[in-house]
Amino acid sequence: MTQHGNEVPRLKLTGMTKRFPGCLANDSVDLEIAPGEIHALLGENGAGKSTLMKMVYGLLKADEGTLEWDGKPRDIVSPAMARELGIGMVFQHFSLFESLTVAENIALGLNSKEPLETLSKRIAEVSGHYGLPLDPARHVHSLSVGERQRIEIVRCLLQSPRLLIMDEPTSVLTPQEAETLFGTLRQLSAEGCSILYISHKLDEVRRLCARATVLRAGRCVGACIPAEETARSMAQMMISSELQAPERVQDKEIGDVRFQVDRLSLTTDDPFGVELSDINFSLHAGEILGVAGVAGNGQAELLSVLSGESTEARHGAIMIEGHKVGQLNARQRRDLGLAFVPEERLGRGAIPGMGLADNALLSGYARKSLVSWGIVSFSKARTYAENIIKDFNVVAGGTKAEAGSLSGGNLQKFIVGREILQKPRILIVAQPTWGVDAGAAAAIHQALINLAHEEKTAILVISQDLDELFAISDRLAVISHGRLSPAVATHEATVDEIGLRMGGLFEGEEQAHAAH
Amino acid sequence: MLPIKLEPRGESARTVAYFTPLLAVILTMIGGFVLFALMGQDPLEALYVFFISPLTSYYGFSELLLKATPLGLIAVGLSIGFRANVWNIGAEGQLTLGAIFGGGMALAFYEMDGFWILPVMLIAGVLGGMVWAAIPAFLKTRFNTNEILTSLMLTYVATLLLSFLVHGPWRDPDGFNFPESRLFWDSALLPALLEGTRLHVGSLLVPLVVAVAWVFLNRSFVGFQIKVMGLTPAAAGYAGFNQKRLTWLALMIGGGLAGLAGVLEVAGPIGQLNPTISPGYGFTAIIVAFLGRLHPVGIFFAALLMALSYLGGEAMQIQMGLPLAVTGVFQGMILFFLLASDVLIRYRLRFTMNSAKAGQESV
Amino acid sequence: MLDTTLAILLTVVAAATPLVFAALGELITEKSGVLNLGVEGMMLMGAIAAFAVGISTGSSMLAILGGAAAGMAMAALFALMVLGLLSNQVATGLALTIFGVGLSALVGKGFVGTPLPALDKLDIPGLTDLPFVGPLLFGQDFLVYLSFVMLVVVAWFLGKSRAGLILRAVGESHDAAHAIGYSVMKVRLLAILFGGAMSGLGGAYLSLAYTPMWVENMTAGRGWIALALVVFGTWRPLRAFAGAYLFGGVTILQLHAQGFGFNVPAQFWSMLPYLATIVVLVMISRDQTLVRLNAPACLGKVFVKTK
Repeated sequence: MTQHGNEVPRLKLTGMTKRFPGCLANDSVDLEIAPGEIHALLGENGAGKSTLMKMVYGLLKADEGTLEWDGKPRDIVSPAMARELGIGMVFQHFSLFESLTVAENIALGLNSKEPLETLSKRIAEVSGHYGLPLDPARHVHSLSVGERQRIEIVRCLLQSPRLLIMDEPTSVLTPQEAETLFGTLRQLSAEGCSILYISHKLDEVRRLCARATVLRAGRCVGACIPAEETARSMAQMMISSELQAPERVQDKEIGDVRFQVDRLSLTTDDPFGVELSDINFSLHAGEILGVAGVAGNGQAELLSVLSGESTEARHGAIMIEGHKVGQLNARQRRDLGLAFVPEERLGRGAIPGMGLADNALLSGYARKSLVSWGIVSFSKARTYAENIIKDFNVVAGGTKAEAGSLSGGNLQKFIVGREILQKPRILIVAQPTWGVDAGAAAAIHQALINLAHEEKTAILVISQDLDELFAISDRLAVISHGRLSPAVATHEATVDEIGLRMGGLFEGEEQAHAAH
Repeated sequence: MLPIKLEPRGESARTVAYFTPLLAVILTMIGGFVLFALMGQDPLEALYVFFISPLTSYYGFSELLLKATPLGLIAVGLSIGFRANVWNIGAEGQLTLGAIFGGGMALAFYEMDGFWILPVMLIAGVLGGMVWAAIPAFLKTRFNTNEILTSLMLTYVATLLLSFLVHGPWRDPDGFNFPESRLFWDSALLPALLEGTRLHVGSLLVPLVVAVAWVFLNRSFVGFQIKVMGLTPAAAGYAGFNQKRLTWLALMIGGGLAGLAGVLEVAGPIGQLNPTISPGYGFTAIIVAFLGRLHPVGIFFAALLMALSYLGGEAMQIQMGLPLAVTGVFQGMILFFLLASDVLIRYRLRFTMNSAKAGQESV
Repeated sequence: MLDTTLAILLTVVAAATPLVFAALGELITEKSGVLNLGVEGMMLMGAIAAFAVGISTGSSMLAILGGAAAGMAMAALFALMVLGLLSNQVATGLALTIFGVGLSALVGKGFVGTPLPALDKLDIPGLTDLPFVGPLLFGQDFLVYLSFVMLVVVAWFLGKSRAGLILRAVGESHDAAHAIGYSVMKVRLLAILFGGAMSGLGGAYLSLAYTPMWVENMTAGRGWIALALVVFGTWRPLRAFAGAYLFGGVTILQLHAQGFGFNVPAQFWSMLPYLATIVVLVMISRDQTLVRLNAPACLGKVFVKTK
């Protein structure tokens, strides 16, 4: 890496401030990137990284502060203007259109009005040059998440960007795919393109980035050269109080099979969906089984057949303590002791426009006996909600507060708490800490471990966060292209091995483990 | 660019929700003032004729209650559907089928006496409405067919069916070829509630239905499920509520109550079957449901107001020679103003001094 | 016999044309992600406005423009509500229809029973004289030709133009379109206004050409059928156009069927278009894959800018 000290910085932010009703998202943030530099913007969820980037990209207007581009002050009022200056952005949640083709999607993101034919040719060229294979004529809904990210990257590259902003790019990639991406980024950097790399993954930042700026609660709390830091020292900058890894129970006993999935296959009539094929696993009392995998590999489909939101599975493909439940609906499975925390909190796990007492009633009606003779006991529902709020330290304005008014972390604590307090026999949890701040994430992890230990609940955790799965699960399996790998004991697994499986490299292993 | 900015409220404002219908009524009056002025009428006199004059007599008052009866019954049923995100807009057709089924009973038991005839008619009317609502319910739950279009198409079919019956098989043999059925026998007519008026005992069903609907929506678990399904269908699926069954239920309640309204009309003020048994009650009830905030008690009052719009239109026709269509214009206006002022429930208006800056943000 | 067939086919064209306009307009509106259930109301306002302008100016061109403008004005009201005040699209569309039915009847009271000469047929020298196909394809009035042109324009716009691509993108995911920097509001406003103008033209055709007079509620549910045609056409212009002609055929069938001596009461024949609408809706919507691949994913959803 060259030193960039004396050059005019490509981008310089001074005193950037952005207020939203009720919160100060960015408080006088400074940042500087040299030409060709890979610069990390580090911070926990909610630290204000995305807000800062949206201001650079012209999606948000700063309340205060100045932005200098190549040494000249600029007022970037729209993404189109940002693109004209040579700024490209790859979003964490892709701005893609499922029913359109790759070429059409890219055309939409370009300022030039190039015909689709010539554009398609250029897409093929650029994607070849940077090792990002992509077929311009494919429809987006038929692509994997990794391929979708390539569309976003190629779209930026077609404009010969001088600054590329990447928002948590590896959160949707397997470790091996991430490695390929780093190669592309280093190539770009060598060609003189600056890269602003937003992440909370410290290892990546240490390997990739020349300098780092750390944000906490909307403020710059430090700048460093990642290569000279340890992951631990950077973590301490990011997180205010020192966090403890969840306490694991040593030598725990695993009980009988509570939940079993046997040769579950599912075709789908949703053209945007993923088919499940031949999924097998069993879940024992008191254990936590983790399912890793990149989003869009069948997790959504698997969750909906396991929870009973979909009843299209073969009746015997899913068993709760010996009962066949494949065709039972979610309510009937709840009656048998299954509880479920969905990935989508607002709009599935909770009703945004209803109060917390009503949201407690939503899933607690049966196991907490909140309904008799068809009439709801709202006083019982309130008490139940109060207990959840108290036991799980939910910050909320009482049981009447609307679910939509809670922060992501507090809502997740409420939903997890609501399911845990029902003392389920089996608990299925999707993305337990996605977008949740570090404190809430630690509390949720501990609650899950305690539930497995104290109540002997069998817990299935489906997550994209490998660190999380390594921290809490007893066994680990991987889902890829609608197939599930055999589970291995977590203490015997390595990140590399799991990463390879996330790429689908476990075909043939199934027979070997069939005896398990 | 307007120097006004919409700012989301943290929580929906309940007090504002009860206040917006009043705001809508006031805005409608202002709109009416402008409309009448444009038509070259004295706006104040016109507004008096429309809104006040119908209420100045005992008879007018009874007519108000009479017209509010079908509106209230249908709107309560529709509101339960709307809460569940089931858009049954074919209540007019369900009302017609209720009239056909109930009226058919009256004709079948012509010249017979018996206390049981009226109850049989009412039950038949309810069933008629349910049968008609069952078609969109079946198509929606079985084939995912949009209930808005199917229920509406069936309204046209129902009207034609009624037309066929009164022109053909059910035409009064002694009726000089008029497209009307026989006048119902006394045993098939609802007793009057107030002497000398057309108000009948069937109107007593309205407060009863309102009370039951209130308990159903606010206390019963099925009512809770309906609200959840309407607000966030995915949460209903998550909780394990049977959405097909709830869709059926919502349409059956809506259809049944519309059918009841239909049979009450033919067994009450009309007293026979003819091709035009309803001046669009089924459609106006949609407005009543919204104006009443999809709340049974609110609907009770909204039904009275919309009934007034019918009487007002009639009064304008008689006293000022204006077309009856004034009623429709007023009804449309009030719904518009209501939907427009509803923005205040979710957002608060902030007037910004610097209009240029506000423009950038809001467009 | 050939003459009878020709006469029937000519009436099919006449019955289909208002549906073509309304369905193509609504198709564009829906492709942008907005469901406007007010087609019936916009058509009626277009019909009365065109008729009133035609009577008072004697100019058929001004009458047509008046119809389009009235439809567009109604659409502007709808746009103000759903885009500006974020109101529920279903309820607002219903309000637009109720309002349009009432207002057109009120405005049109003075015109009931007034005759108006039907729109001129624009003959194309040489071609119109061809036997059979001549009068059918080249002996039509301006609006029929315009409906053909609009089919081509709409199909080209959606399939080939960049603006059409942006419109489809907004309808598919308004959040993504916004993130890239397109103005969701502007695209939707234009799409709604176009839909309104087309509905207005559909109404104008009814009162200027189909039955050159004004009758209260003369659309008789055609606005709703146009909405169904958009679904029937799975949001594709050519299929919606074909659907309109199919329905034109069904409408005419019921008029002529009695003449052929079928002994079925008139009312049952009149039910046909409505029953046919239900049947085709069921046929299309039972295939969820087809709907999912073609329907705009954001149809009917309120767009709220997030932080």
